[in-house]
Amino acid sequence: MSEMLASEPKGHIEVKNFSLSYDSIEGPVQAVTDTQIHVKPGEFVSIVGPSGCGKSTLLNAVAGFLKPTTGIVTVDGERVNGPSAERGMVFQQYSLFPWKTVRENVEFGLKMRGMPRSQRERAARTLLGLAGLEAFEKHYPEKLSGGMKQRVGIVRALATGPKVLLLDEPFGALDAQTRVIMQQILTNMWQRLKISVLFVTHDIDEAIFLSDRVYCMTARPGSIKAEIPIPLERPRQQSMMMSSEFLALRRGLMSLIREESLKAMGGEINDMGMQGLNIELHGHSLADVI
Amino acid sequence: MPAAIAEAERVPAVTPPVAPPSFGTLALRWYRLNQGRLRATAIGIISLLAFLLVWHLLTTYRVVFFVRFTNVPSPVAVYGSFTKAIHDPKFLMHIVLSCRRILVGFSLAAIVGVPLGLIMGRFKLVHEVIFPVAEVLRPIPAIAWVPMAIMLWPTNEQSIVFITFLGSFFPILVNTLHGMTLVDPVLVRAAQCLGARERAIFREVYFPASLPHIFTGLTVGMGVAWVSLIAAEMISGQYGIGYFTWEAYSLVQYADIALGMIAIGVLGLGSSLLIRGAGHLVMPWRSTR
Ligand SMILES: Nc1ncnc2c1ncn2[C@@H]1O[C@H](COP(=O)(O)OP(=O)(O)OP(=O)(O)O)[C@@H](O)[C@H]1O
Ligand SMILES: [Mg+2]
Repeated sequence: MSEMLASEPKGHIEVKNFSLSYDSIEGPVQAVTDTQIHVKPGEFVSIVGPSGCGKSTLLNAVAGFLKPTTGIVTVDGERVNGPSAERGMVFQQYSLFPWKTVRENVEFGLKMRGMPRSQRERAARTLLGLAGLEAFEKHYPEKLSGGMKQRVGIVRALATGPKVLLLDEPFGALDAQTRVIMQQILTNMWQRLKISVLFVTHDIDEAIFLSDRVYCMTARPGSIKAEIPIPLERPRQQSMMMSSEFLALRRGLMSLIREESLKAMGGEINDMGMQGLNIELHGHSLADVI
Repeated sequence: MPAAIAEAERVPAVTPPVAPPSFGTLALRWYRLNQGRLRATAIGIISLLAFLLVWHLLTTYRVVFFVRFTNVPSPVAVYGSFTKAIHDPKFLMHIVLSCRRILVGFSLAAIVGVPLGLIMGRFKLVHEVIFPVAEVLRPIPAIAWVPMAIMLWPTNEQSIVFITFLGSFFPILVNTLHGMTLVDPVLVRAAQCLGARERAIFREVYFPASLPHIFTGLTVGMGVAWVSLIAAEMISGQYGIGYFTWEAYSLVQYADIALGMIAIGVLGLGSSLLIRGAGHLVMPWRSTR
């Protein structure tokens, strides 16, 4: 446990001159271009942007699953070239191992590290206790609700004491109430462990509520459109979401995203051919019409 | 957190005393929970009895209606030869020999087929080399291998086991391979960013993820193993339950034909039940449903 509660925060993520394109039959698909982001040690940073703008691509590159086409990704000055237990990841899809119980899932990273069984069992129990899941340690994931699955996913990613935690729309599939509780749990764990978090979401409220800073991405090919510091004080309460400060931030982000979403959608609709849809634009852009 | 637990423990647990449910309520509850299964069992028994009855009627009245039941033994006659056969060491030997051939042939197929499928699923080159050969050999029914097997192997016993092996090998291989291709890539990624290397990913992700398909392959393979075994025994055997059935026909022991068939059915059913049971043991996460 003690190693996880490291007093000196680490996990400085830097992404420089980053671009990534996928190969496809029609030639390379530029997913992300010319992007610089950074996460300071112990900072909570979110990335928001319209669907398909390359958020997952960027996050997967930081995790080490994808190689940048140009540019470089470093964590604490070391170049990322492949996945590692130093960078924990929580996926949008539930990704618990169905053949392992909740506790065995949480133990997995420790097992990979060669920790003896009794020791890792104890560590896993402690962590599950922190997340209020000790009663479910012997259950198989199939029996859990979506919220619980993601909670186990977060605990599992944190069990090895990573320097950074990467989350790709982890609460996207959850209902509103569960989502709020999960945000609270994530905040608590982050504050306790003092690790850096890079959080991808398309939910603006979620981004503002959780983050120290929010990056807003442009439509594909994605790049950073804006960087918004969130000066709300911590600890944050649900009631803050009604404050004028929060609402002002929300309005700002909302209009940024809206522009980009319309661009993204406009592109697609143009691709399909507007004539067939019987919509006349009369020389206006789609944004004006909507 | 420890403080919270301590506090929780200090609060005396006040559960109101609940009288243990009476036998009657328990029985009722059990009945409700198992209603569907009881119904299926009851209907199953009835339908088997109906089958016996139809068989009995068709044979006692020697019905001839496109098919001829003139020489078909009645259930009573078959039961008679069954009671004789279970005291006959020769009959038991036929059964034991068939079971042994299945055990050896099928086990070899599983021991070769499962690892080969796993490796082919993981290493492209192995797949590229072996897959075409497997695809060419796969459609050849095991029975068609009989003459070749007799040429290949010095003893009859070996060639029969070889045919049993071939019959079960391809379903096991193909299903294992199929399971490997369906492994969820997100689980592989999850394992990777928890520090798992190639070998651990194979052991902890690919293998358990493929297990359901491996067991499908084993079940299908077991069925085909029996088909192939019986055919091989009928063609080239001197012992075995397939040989027994064929011999009964040549010796005009009509009741023994049906007895042999029923024995084959029961053995096939029993072995697939064994595999299913093993599946439940090996995959507890699937049987808790
Ligand atoms: N393997 C691939 N091959 C080709 N194109 C891809 C591939 N993966 C993603 N893309 C494209 O790259 C773009 C960025 O994808 P990405 O998944 O990063 O978007 P995203 O911002 O995470 O979207 P969402 O909000 O829907 O999750 C998308 O337009 C997508 O169609
Ligand atoms: Mg995504």
